[in-house]
Amino acid sequence: MTQLSHIRNFSIVAHIDHGKSTLADRLIQMTGTVAQRDMKAQLLDSMDIERERGITIKANTVRIEYPAKDGQTYILNLIDTPGHVDFAYEVSRSMRAVEGSLLVVDASQGVEAQTLANVYQAIDAGHDIVPVLNKIDLPAAEPDRVKAQIEDVIGLDASDAIPISAKSGLGIPDVLEAIVTRLPAPHGDRDAPLKAMLVDSWYDAYLGVVVMIRVMDGVIRKGDRVRMMQTNAVYGIDKLAVLKPQMVDIDELGPGEIGVFTASIKQVRDTRVGDTITHERKGCDAPLPGFKPAQPVVFCGLFPVDAADFENLRDAIEKLSLNDASFSSEMETSAALGFGFRCGFLGLLHLEVIRDRLEREYDLDLITTAPSVVFKLHMKDGEVRDLHNPADMPDLTYVDHIEEPRIKATIMVPDDYLGDILKLCQDRRGIQLDLSYAGSRAMVVYDLPLAEVVFDFYDRLKSVTKGYASFDYTISEYREDFLVKMSILVNEEPVDALAMMVHRDRAEARGRAMVEKLKELIPRHMFKIPIQAAIGARVIARETLSAMRKDVTAKCYGGDASRKRKLLDKQKAGKKKMRQFGKVEIPQEAFISALKMDG
Amino acid sequence: MQEDWRDGGFGIYVHWPFCQSKCPYCDFNSHVAERVDQSRWLTAYLAELDRLAAEVPGRLVNAVFFGGGTPSLMQPDVVAGVLERIRKLWPQANDVEVTLEANPGSIEAGRFRAYREGGVNRVSMGMQAMRDEDLRRLGRMHRVAEARAAFDIARDCFDRVSFDLIYARQDQSLADWRAELDEALAMAVDHLSLYQLTVEEGTVFAERFKRGQLRGLPDEDKAADFYEVTQEVCGAAGMQAYEVSNHARPGAESRHNQVYWRSGDWLGIGPGAHGRLTLGSRRWTTEAPRAPGEWLATVGRGLAGELPREALTPGERLDEFLIMGLRLSEGIALDRMLGLAGKGLRADIQAELESDGLILMGNGRIATTERGRLVLNHVIRRISEGLS
Repeated sequence: MTQLSHIRNFSIVAHIDHGKSTLADRLIQMTGTVAQRDMKAQLLDSMDIERERGITIKANTVRIEYPAKDGQTYILNLIDTPGHVDFAYEVSRSMRAVEGSLLVVDASQGVEAQTLANVYQAIDAGHDIVPVLNKIDLPAAEPDRVKAQIEDVIGLDASDAIPISAKSGLGIPDVLEAIVTRLPAPHGDRDAPLKAMLVDSWYDAYLGVVVMIRVMDGVIRKGDRVRMMQTNAVYGIDKLAVLKPQMVDIDELGPGEIGVFTASIKQVRDTRVGDTITHERKGCDAPLPGFKPAQPVVFCGLFPVDAADFENLRDAIEKLSLNDASFSSEMETSAALGFGFRCGFLGLLHLEVIRDRLEREYDLDLITTAPSVVFKLHMKDGEVRDLHNPADMPDLTYVDHIEEPRIKATIMVPDDYLGDILKLCQDRRGIQLDLSYAGSRAMVVYDLPLAEVVFDFYDRLKSVTKGYASFDYTISEYREDFLVKMSILVNEEPVDALAMMVHRDRAEARGRAMVEKLKELIPRHMFKIPIQAAIGARVIARETLSAMRKDVTAKCYGGDASRKRKLLDKQKAGKKKMRQFGKVEIPQEAFISALKMDG
Repeated sequence: MQEDWRDGGFGIYVHWPFCQSKCPYCDFNSHVAERVDQSRWLTAYLAELDRLAAEVPGRLVNAVFFGGGTPSLMQPDVVAGVLERIRKLWPQANDVEVTLEANPGSIEAGRFRAYREGGVNRVSMGMQAMRDEDLRRLGRMHRVAEARAAFDIARDCFDRVSFDLIYARQDQSLADWRAELDEALAMAVDHLSLYQLTVEEGTVFAERFKRGQLRGLPDEDKAADFYEVTQEVCGAAGMQAYEVSNHARPGAESRHNQVYWRSGDWLGIGPGAHGRLTLGSRRWTTEAPRAPGEWLATVGRGLAGELPREALTPGERLDEFLIMGLRLSEGIALDRMLGLAGKGLRADIQAELESDGLILMGNGRIATTERGRLVLNHVIRRISEGLS
């Protein structure tokens, strides 16, 4: 066990691509924690998707031993936190597990929206913060401008910011020394009852569920029987270890220390990030504050393109759930799309990551329905219901009013594109909260409905600003608005997979765009097909797809028979990719394309 | 019952691959050559006939067809030589039909009498349009007056004369087409092939179409109107459609083309020609090399002018039977369909097609209605699905 005064626990706060993972790698490398031959780029991001996208999804940690200039050896625990707003709660717990942060800003890019969200989390957690200017060796680096920006926008003293180049290794020794001299040592009472925070957990094929903890008070040892205070489950510690970053067994972990244990826990679902772990006997009285159960905020349906893949999808979802407690799923039957799952996610990135993993790791072709948020239905009898799927909307006569989640969105953008951003936010029912400038970059803060953001907002944002805007959000509150369920009827039959909740004022425009698009996407049939958008029984937009009148080859003689036969085979194969809906065949692409709106 | 190609008859198709110029809408296997050594071609055709006669001897020939290309560029003695050899190799039906496709130019018309003497008894003329401006836009070399003169000569020489028109052309109105069709019908013709202009892959028209330079073509609804007007005008003149694009007075139907549509057997001779041969219980597709030089050289070396043959699977055989047979207004025989499919048509699909007004059942046959022929691809797909 290590003296509290010789421990430093810290995280790194940075925007995507500003060099967080590279810096972490350098710290590990320079202290000899990992032999040179075992280094691979971005050591801590272990999933393919993480490495490809340059994002961190799971918290990772590494214990570094650092001989400081004062002649003493310190234990530095780095928790690499997820950098995305979808995982804001996980980030907040990781932040509570450490006492300080390195704020890494790209000296050529400056502060981005995501940096802000995470640095405020660090400030909320009471961290001491050391600003670090990365990529200082780039010709475009403007350290003075970026320092001024850190002071103006974040309000941190940047005069002692450390100039580095994580790529070349420049300035890394200064960072290590600053961690020891400028970040505080943890506090804790070795003799108090055990109080440890569950920071993260994951599934390991050999070990089962691995739980990462930060010990606040007391001591945890191998063989101890511990209680999870939220679930009240009791486990025996089988293995206790620290991560270097591979597991190295250790006998005990005392106050201020970070490590992992295994305890024959079967599912990640049985562990709750933010839970407090204490001893079964003589445990602590009260848990650590701030625990929140994982709460999916975005829902969508996932259906196999080939109905025969349903069982494979079920298996894949079960396997992924083992390792991701924040992802929920429930079987769903859609008249249009057959059997699938209604899945809940922490946010859009989380949705994309899960869908990517299902398609990539389990080799599935999926149809994703429109993402929907959770609406709160206040029923006339006083009951409050969560609505995850627009198709489940009850009869309006029972509903008093509907609330939707609102977000506080922070967007940073070069001022050339400011007009486009304001228009986009305004179009999405946004309310401007703040607008300020830092140099030629504007920072706008908007109050927006989450429902409007899950609907291709991010794609639009990127396209109107040519990729120069950065965007982050926090969920603020539920608020009442005039929301209605818009149904889409094809040949007088509602198509459940196309139903959506929309604001009443925008329903006509959305409905018109939708039916026009569907008219293009559905092939002509032998009969004419009305395509309608409706609110309740009231049709708000209508198009008619006229009946097919001509589909015949003018010439067909002896030399054409083979070619025509191959064409018929192709037509028959194409038909298999259609979804039969009543008498109407709707191509699969229609479900995806219809939901992609322009503007 | 046992499927029998005899229900469709036996025909011989001879392909002449050369043209004076290539038309911008044409995707046929045709080539423009400076000089063609016609005696070498005759020798090659005869060698192919001999080879195939050894394989299918004794069959009664119902029809011979010289197609192209422009077969009216063939020297009459070449045509006569081919026909003489055919008569020597196989017995002929009493009413054997021998058709030659002809360009309606004055030079070709001068050869008509000689073709008749060689055994040709029917010509099919590539009139294409009755308006000079449209002939020019279609890339045709002849003029309307010249074509009318050639037609009159053909009428004198042959018992049966047909011609082709292309409609739904650029900027053509329904009224224009009615008037043009009336003029055509007034020409004492007993067979007409009326094709909607189709932009085929790989043609000059397709290139222009992709570049947006082929404007004024009708959309699907307008194209359907054109078809309906065509049926109406021809019907009133006693020239009902007996196939999607072919009209005839009763008895004047093309016997050779009926061999294709009734799934008979035919020999395909000449570059790129396709054939179907039923040998024992299997039906084979034959195909000749497409390039004229390659075909001529291969056959000249004493080898077969054929690519490796493929046998049709029972499903493919059924599909071809439907694709070809449902084009005819007489439709297909149910017992033959049953023999090929091994089962009857699913009742729900039959009911759907009947209630949509696309097919008629009766006299042991399924036939498409006029409306059904307009959406024939759909009808074929549904029936094929209803038999699998």
